[in-house]
Amino acid sequence: MDNQAILQVENLQKHFPVKGGLFSPDSSRAAKAVKAVDGVSFSLERGQTLGLVGESGCGKSTTGRMISRLLDPTGGRIMVDGADISQLRGRELYNFRRKVQMIFQDPFASLNPRQTVGTAIAAPMVAQRINPAGGLKNRVKELLDQVGLKPEHYNRFPHEFSGGQRQRVGIARAISLNPSVIVCDEPVSALDVSVQAQVVNLLQEIQRDTGVAYIFIAHDLSVVRHISHQVAVMYLGKIVEQGSRDELFRDPRHPYTQALLSAVPLPDPRAARRQQKIRLRGDLPSPANPPSGCVFRTRCPLIGTLPEEQQQHCISEIPAPAGPAAPACHHAGLAAAVAAGVQ
Amino acid sequence: MTQLQPSTPATEQEAIPFLDVRNLSVKFPTDDGLVSAVNGMDFSLQRGQTLGIVGESGSGKSVTSQALMGLLKGTSAQVSGQALFQGRDLVTLPESGMRRLRGRNIGMIFQDPLSALHPFYTVGHQIAEAYLVHNSATRKQARAAAVEMLGRVGIPSPEQRFDEYPHHFSGGMRQRAMIAMALICEPELLIADEPTTALDVTVQAQILDLMAELQAETNSALILITHDLGVVAEVCDSVLVMYGGQCVESGAVDEIFYDTRHPYTLGLLKSMPTLNSSSGRLSPIPGQPPSLLDLPAGCIFSSRCEYAALAGDGVCREQRPALQAENGHGTRCHLSGPQITTIRNSR
Repeated sequence: MDNQAILQVENLQKHFPVKGGLFSPDSSRAAKAVKAVDGVSFSLERGQTLGLVGESGCGKSTTGRMISRLLDPTGGRIMVDGADISQLRGRELYNFRRKVQMIFQDPFASLNPRQTVGTAIAAPMVAQRINPAGGLKNRVKELLDQVGLKPEHYNRFPHEFSGGQRQRVGIARAISLNPSVIVCDEPVSALDVSVQAQVVNLLQEIQRDTGVAYIFIAHDLSVVRHISHQVAVMYLGKIVEQGSRDELFRDPRHPYTQALLSAVPLPDPRAARRQQKIRLRGDLPSPANPPSGCVFRTRCPLIGTLPEEQQQHCISEIPAPAGPAAPACHHAGLAAAVAAGVQ
Repeated sequence: MTQLQPSTPATEQEAIPFLDVRNLSVKFPTDDGLVSAVNGMDFSLQRGQTLGIVGESGSGKSVTSQALMGLLKGTSAQVSGQALFQGRDLVTLPESGMRRLRGRNIGMIFQDPLSALHPFYTVGHQIAEAYLVHNSATRKQARAAAVEMLGRVGIPSPEQRFDEYPHHFSGGMRQRAMIAMALICEPELLIADEPTTALDVTVQAQILDLMAELQAETNSALILITHDLGVVAEVCDSVLVMYGGQCVESGAVDEIFYDTRHPYTLGLLKSMPTLNSSSGRLSPIPGQPPSLLDLPAGCIFSSRCEYAALAGDGVCREQRPALQAENGHGTRCHLSGPQITTIRNSR
């Protein structure tokens, strides 16, 4: 069982239709779509963590929400434990819910202020009509203990807790059904550094104890590096590079990954002064109207250095999707050489 | 551009700091009692320098900046102490005087550009407004100045962008527009409250570069408020670490990072995962920050400090340590220098 993928995503797509508004100059009302996620593939093994990184709007949260079936995919397959769950309906979808759970970013918005913490943590078990041995209340107290809270917190309300404690409640709720996969959508972004470390440690402990797999969505690359085994970098709805954590951080091969890594401010003034920065120009293009060919070409620091003919190639040809072996770039070899020159 | 500075001889200006804050405190009366948000802050700043104020949420860093900008005037906040800006005390200066300084001599950049920009007015209008208020200029001149400023902060086709609304701008562009608004009158002091927190790293890098560039051009002083120690390491000359409304450690940036003296700063640095660290357990600071309603009598950090016992006799819990400075590196801790060195090296 060790090397079996618990989650396999193949060519996953999510297109949100854009309808022309009442005052839209586009009277044809052609069926346009925002391709929020456009052909994403990866796999995740039991007990492992896949870090999903990228700038806001790159589709990483949409991907996570499709895996937990909060959103219906437009196309592609999501295999959980060998079965495709992307098209499940009704009873089957209900049964699937206990396998994949979610932890949300904002612990202030994700808990009902009128519900006690005990009720919130019990909610998934109630919804799934699970009666734990020893009773629901005891199970909730066990869970509270497991996430580092106290049993007497059972009857408290969310406003009595700090941000870090609320996130612990969110974690207790997510693990209550013993899921195989937890999608963590920016679980520590809203927390202060000292508290962030507590929650990251807790997530790692739970993984060690239960063998749960995480999809860890974050924009903070340092946290992702710390917690992930595999990392996938997304840009404009596509994965541009993926691989094992150490390889990707030591030897990034896609120019976007390189730029992303070099943009992270280092908490080390001397190293920061030494470090050569790759600066991207401009902003993320609109996913409603993505560039032709390589999606990154409008901001690519490399493209200007290429001969005319190869530039045309980047503009017209879509690079092959990123696999574990190669990034989604026509000139990955050159990118690696440039990066080596920089360092 | 005309200077509104008081005419002080050059030599004297060297001697007195450009901004000198002494014993600044801010308290908010609430139904639950008095919240001590800032407790006796001391710092000073010279032109051309960048001071980073770091701390976690609730440590009082934003309230400090609001007090300096006079934004707490007319609220229930009780501000005491002194903040001399080119010889004028910002704490006691009446609102009319403050209005002349704000935007003109002191600019401010807020964290969330979407809520800091007015959605009903064009971006250009909002930038030109600051120019019109402080200069006797025609609308045409103000427009020209705003367009030039938009170009300088790196917004493409500024002439056309001038007439667009904030919702037309992306997050990074909005923050650029905010910077343009803050800098159009070329203030001598710029306060940036988490200017890049809402932005992606690639855009953050662009904005930080831009701020450093413009600062070098105008030789202004910059106070950068952030919770990100990485940003501090990249941009700041000196750093002030805040905890529970107090400055617990201050000094030159290299001193803070390589010769850390306060257990809280040590804990903060230790709890951060870095791009170079191999995995393993992170070392969080145990516990929660203290309630500002009821600060402990002793050292504010003592309840979370692993080394409080080392000082002996419960002194950490009973006596609040004073800020002791040595060669410009200040720390508020009962532990002796050698004790701290041992702790730092053992980690």
